[in-house]
Amino acid sequence: MRRIPWTHYAAPQTFYGLAGVWWPPLAGLALALALAGMWVGFMVAPTDAQQGEGYRIIFVHVPASWMSMIIYLAMAFWGVVCLVFRARLAGMLSQALAPTGALFAFLSLWTGALWGKPMWGAWWVWDARLTSELILFFLYIGFIALTSAIEDPRRADRAGALVAIVGAVNVPIIYFSVKWWNTLHQGASVSLTRAPSMAQTMLWGMLLMALACWAYTVAMVLYRTRSLILQRERHTDWVAQLPECQPGVRA
Amino acid sequence: MNWESWSAFWHMGGYALYVWGSVGGCVVLLALEVLWARRQREQTLEWLRAEQAAAHGGDGA
Amino acid sequence: MNALWSLLRRDVLLALRRPSEVLTVVFFFVVVAALFPLAVGPERTTLRMLAPGVLWVGALLASLLALNRLFEADHRDGTLEQMLLSGTPLTLLVVAKIAAHWVLCGLPLVLLVPLLGVLFDLSGDALGVLALSLLIGTPVLSCLGAIGAALTLGLRGGGVLLALLVLPLFVPVLVFGAGAVEALAAGLGSGAHLSVLMALLLLSGLFSPWACAQALRIALE
Repeated sequence: MRRIPWTHYAAPQTFYGLAGVWWPPLAGLALALALAGMWVGFMVAPTDAQQGEGYRIIFVHVPASWMSMIIYLAMAFWGVVCLVFRARLAGMLSQALAPTGALFAFLSLWTGALWGKPMWGAWWVWDARLTSELILFFLYIGFIALTSAIEDPRRADRAGALVAIVGAVNVPIIYFSVKWWNTLHQGASVSLTRAPSMAQTMLWGMLLMALACWAYTVAMVLYRTRSLILQRERHTDWVAQLPECQPGVRA
Repeated sequence: MNWESWSAFWHMGGYALYVWGSVGGCVVLLALEVLWARRQREQTLEWLRAEQAAAHGGDGA
Repeated sequence: MNALWSLLRRDVLLALRRPSEVLTVVFFFVVVAALFPLAVGPERTTLRMLAPGVLWVGALLASLLALNRLFEADHRDGTLEQMLLSGTPLTLLVVAKIAAHWVLCGLPLVLLVPLLGVLFDLSGDALGVLALSLLIGTPVLSCLGAIGAALTLGLRGGGVLLALLVLPLFVPVLVFGAGAVEALAAGLGSGAHLSVLMALLLLSGLFSPWACAQALRIALE
């Protein structure tokens, strides 16, 4: 295998250029996939026997949940890279991922509540998955709060990396304990995990929406990391010479 | 095709509030995130341009 | 080993000389326990049902109160950096700090809980299990909290930030701690819950000091 020049791609300057090239097509892809997913989910997939039209919320709820978990794992991964390899870019990627992850976690809770109300009569049920999602949301907020509160970027990166790693290691423990807690206290056996038995089209709809969210996330992270790079590397020559940084330019 | 008419589509079998509330919430918040990211970039660029102007202004004098 | 003991002794002695911190923790716990019945009414069955949860949450929040200052005093007068530079492994010193925190904050809660449990009309068995669950669980809180304290060292708004970081990690301890007593009340026996708590204690005891030491290095470099 030809040696991949990791150190070259890990350099902020290279990444800035690459990210600039890749985010627009990814954003376009996200939009296309979202339209396709919504089409399949709302126009093609049939009505559910038990939940009527209300079940269609899963086409946004499930992708949001998946993304909130995947993004946290990605943050933890880049956290490890940041601590082990002391790569500045890894720290920036982690911080760029966090707001999107938090947003998806919030959307998962929001859509979960809107799904629960007509189905089970309450805006919030202490279902194991929703409760774990709530805790995940707090983990995100904690990460964002900590990294915002630290002024030194290096310390912020590394502290955030540790938080992400500790959080990721604890997520299975937290999920397990919440599940245990939930089954023991089974009063009304409500579970939002009891999704309707899936028709093929429903699965396709969810998959398309999930891919759309993934493409959106990557595009957003690339875009946001570019801004972070500009902020962190503002004293370098290559930033000073960028066309968008010249005074009088309306970029 | 699932729907007999547009109004049936919007009505969503009575679940309109919940389904469109969910979809609407997602669209709105994601749009806000995009706008926020753009604003961050614009602010950073403005700041960098101002710095450049100051630096070159200093050199000129 | 010597370093561990001497640091532990030093911290405990220092805290006992200025007892306000320990007293704050104890007082907070007592107040929570006393206020709850006033808020929910004197019905004994309700109180017995709520007791494990209320007392556990009280213990958890009380532990949080003292976590803020875990490294603060040493950081301010430069002792912490000395510890970093000294030959003794930082992990060992962290273990001493965590142990001191538990002795000063966790242990008093464990000793107090039988008394406070009486306010909630808990049976002898339930009290025993509650005390045992706190005995196993509060060290876990100290371990996990120390990581948060190290990460937020010297930051403004540190207390709230610390709570935010550490509360998600506390959830399993809370679930199994309070759950142990409730399982007993439900006739299921508390063995399973207490075993899980022990497992959490072993895991956090093994990994937290290391993670906390890393966090200290991140904060001080």
